[in-house]
Amino acid sequence: MKALRNLLDNIKPHVQKGAKFEKFHSTFDALETLFFVPNTTSKNGVHVRDAVDLKRTMALVVKALIPALLFGIWNTGYQHFLAMGVDASFWAEVGHGALKVLPIVIVSYGVGLGVEFMFAQMRGHEVQEGFLVSGMLIPLVLPVDIPLWMVAVATVFSVVIGKEVFGGTGMNIWNPALVARAFLFFAYPSKMSGDQVWISGLTKGEGVVDGFSGATPLGEAASNMAPSHSIIESFIGMIPGSIGETSTLAILIGAAILIYTGIGSWKIMVSVFAGGYVMGLLFNLWGANALMQVDALHHICLGGFAFGAVFMATDPVSATRTERGKWIYGFLIGFLAIMVRVFNPAYPEGVMLAILLMNTFAPLIDHYVVQGNIKRRLKRAKVAA
Amino acid sequence: MDYINIFIRSIFIDNMVFAYFFGMCSYLAVSKTVNTSLGLGLAVTFVLSITVPVNYLLNDYVLSEGALVWLDNLLGVQEPLFAEYDLSFLSFIMFIAVIASMVQLVEMVVEKFAPTLYTQLGIFLPLIAVNCAILGGSLFMQEREYANLGEATVFGVGSGIGWLLAIVGIAAIREKIQYSDVPAPLRGLGITFIVTGLMGVAFMSFMGIQL
Repeated sequence: MKALRNLLDNIKPHVQKGAKFEKFHSTFDALETLFFVPNTTSKNGVHVRDAVDLKRTMALVVKALIPALLFGIWNTGYQHFLAMGVDASFWAEVGHGALKVLPIVIVSYGVGLGVEFMFAQMRGHEVQEGFLVSGMLIPLVLPVDIPLWMVAVATVFSVVIGKEVFGGTGMNIWNPALVARAFLFFAYPSKMSGDQVWISGLTKGEGVVDGFSGATPLGEAASNMAPSHSIIESFIGMIPGSIGETSTLAILIGAAILIYTGIGSWKIMVSVFAGGYVMGLLFNLWGANALMQVDALHHICLGGFAFGAVFMATDPVSATRTERGKWIYGFLIGFLAIMVRVFNPAYPEGVMLAILLMNTFAPLIDHYVVQGNIKRRLKRAKVAA
Repeated sequence: MDYINIFIRSIFIDNMVFAYFFGMCSYLAVSKTVNTSLGLGLAVTFVLSITVPVNYLLNDYVLSEGALVWLDNLLGVQEPLFAEYDLSFLSFIMFIAVIASMVQLVEMVVEKFAPTLYTQLGIFLPLIAVNCAILGGSLFMQEREYANLGEATVFGVGSGIGWLLAIVGIAAIREKIQYSDVPAPLRGLGITFIVTGLMGVAFMSFMGIQL
């Protein structure tokens, strides 16, 4: 630690204003504050006094994502060897998964942080930390067989169009990771949906067990096939799907971390699950096709529902800010997610689009909640006067 | 069920703004605050829900081929005389005439009962007459050949509500990003176009829904 501090102190004079490398000030600043808690305080504007700064908030979310990531790595290997019909040891499965998943994570972080640093240099502001989370979320919502260049293109798109044009971290309207996924989904649908993409090695088709289908449980239901995974399997996450979304269990561990540290809003999580459950029950009563007959509890264990509810919908920037707004926002997400799933055979993955849509209307919900508060207080003031 | 289908379709799936990019001029110009845009959205909804059914009747009884057969019956002519006419080349001008007169009516009502809104909307209230969402509504009605007056009305109301939802949504977003540090070249309309595009992506969730 001491050596690192000395090294940074040695570099520091060269990147100050007026020095030779002043252009790299923001890069240096980002690295310095990553390793050490800054010992300066804000000098103007609003001060929020809290021991946890933005960088450490983001780091906590990344830690909450680690269970889902680790499970995703194992599940990638597990599904791969299941498809090949090979009996593999636990470590072989983890090894295969790591070889597939880690490059995606590295590309996402590398490209995203590169763009982020570039913008910071050009616009002369500090490097913002928001991408620490987005860079982890993007790989976790992608299918494992995605080509790496697509990951890079989507990351650039999401950082530039989804975030930087609005002014960077904290200003964006849509969740950047979801923008990346939606971009890939509409630009390269053949790599983002169907039966082939969810299990590594399936697109190449070599050595796959005869009759093995790589369809996700939702894909099976959409094409009226009998479900091949039980509710317990889908809760634990031994199902095909995007890298980090399959295991509801690992996601709930993350949710516990987020709620305990007060970073994620429990109101949004609860109301998303409630909305999905209610809608699932309603469709069970209707029961017109296989997707409607999926048990309501099963519905919220499938696909990206839990992942979206815990990590995407709770993004404090793109969600509603008012407390009552959070209930409305969350409930509508759950509601719409199941509705899109059931009614739209082309997109069995309704969660991503439901969250994007509610991100769109979050400012509107906030506006009306605030106006309602103003009206109520005015009335109270008038009665009192 | 058919009515519900048309209603939902016209609000979400065939949304005037996000599926066809209709009515962009006032959508971009008046969406600075939620309250003004709500007023304009209501005006557009009202005009759409009157003009589409009126134009439907016009199309059915005057303009389309063989529509004038009632005139033959009225005059007691034996061989088809008026029934042979196909006046659909007149539909643009007739539809616009109906729309313009409706907008006049709305303008008078708004001026009388909501003078603040009238000054806020300014030139964009009379300009509803040339709002492509309105003419587009009537032309879609003609092209899609709705079965009866009820369906046309539901379509008109639905498209109006869809447009209202779009403009109120973007107004709230624009109110929020007023405080954002948007790069200088993009301030104003530039960022609004980007926001519109991303809203369109979000609305794509409804594409292909079968009701």
